[in-house]
Amino acid sequence: MTRPTRVEVNCTTGETSIIELTDAEIAQMEADAAAQAVAQAEAEAAQAAVEAARISANEKLSALGLTTEEIAALTK
Amino acid sequence: MPSTYTLIKGETLASSAASYTFTAIPSTFTDLVLRMSIRTGAATNFSAIYIEYNGDSTNTFGSNTWLEGNGASASSSRYSNITGFDPSTSVNASTTTASTFSNVELYLPSYTASQNKPFSFFNAMENNSTTGYLKTHAGLYRTNSAISQIKVQTQANTFVTGSSFYLYGIKNS
Repeated sequence: MTRPTRVEVNCTTGETSIIELTDAEIAQMEADAAAQAVAQAEAEAAQAAVEAARISANEKLSALGLTTEEIAALTK
Repeated sequence: MPSTYTLIKGETLASSAASYTFTAIPSTFTDLVLRMSIRTGAATNFSAIYIEYNGDSTNTFGSNTWLEGNGASASSSRYSNITGFDPSTSVNASTTTASTFSNVELYLPSYTASQNKPFSFFNAMENNSTTGYLKTHAGLYRTNSAISQIKVQTQANTFVTGSSFYLYGIKNS
């Protein structure tokens, strides 16, 4: 399997180097990927909770007799 | 308005890379602009990236203040005494709309001045299937040294083929 690489460019000489990652760098990248997946799941769950609360609030306001326009005016 | 806008170095990746680093940045300009079109191979909806200056991975970054909108809600937060600059939920990853790359700009004024280095960072991450993001950051890097190196890396996986990194120098005269 091809090892991941990183790129370094020297802006003075113009030289570009493509360097294979070390075992430690690969391990860190894999750990970061796992952590990021967890963080993204948490962020999406939090966003879904906010959206659910928004819908619930709108339904309760509608049940109280507010029109769609009045509800929209409250949230602007 | 800048009177010059000169390409220092840049390329579009012909193969994936975990990070892209500009070294030996000349000190002959007034400001730096890094324009990127990037997407990562992470198996997620969006991917965090990380900016490091001068190879410094200590907590000398002063702050990162950001504002984000996703079409439904807006949010904002601030971090201080951070290790490197983490723009967080920034760029397209592999589960977003195919062949869609995030547009990112990093602006570094007075990068050679002997003073702390404020900078701005903008990114637009579009996604036709689910949420996209527009995000802007105000950052501060606490050093009196000139910026001679900028590293951009994904915090997971690699930048995919077709991602591009172009560094420009601006002179005020």
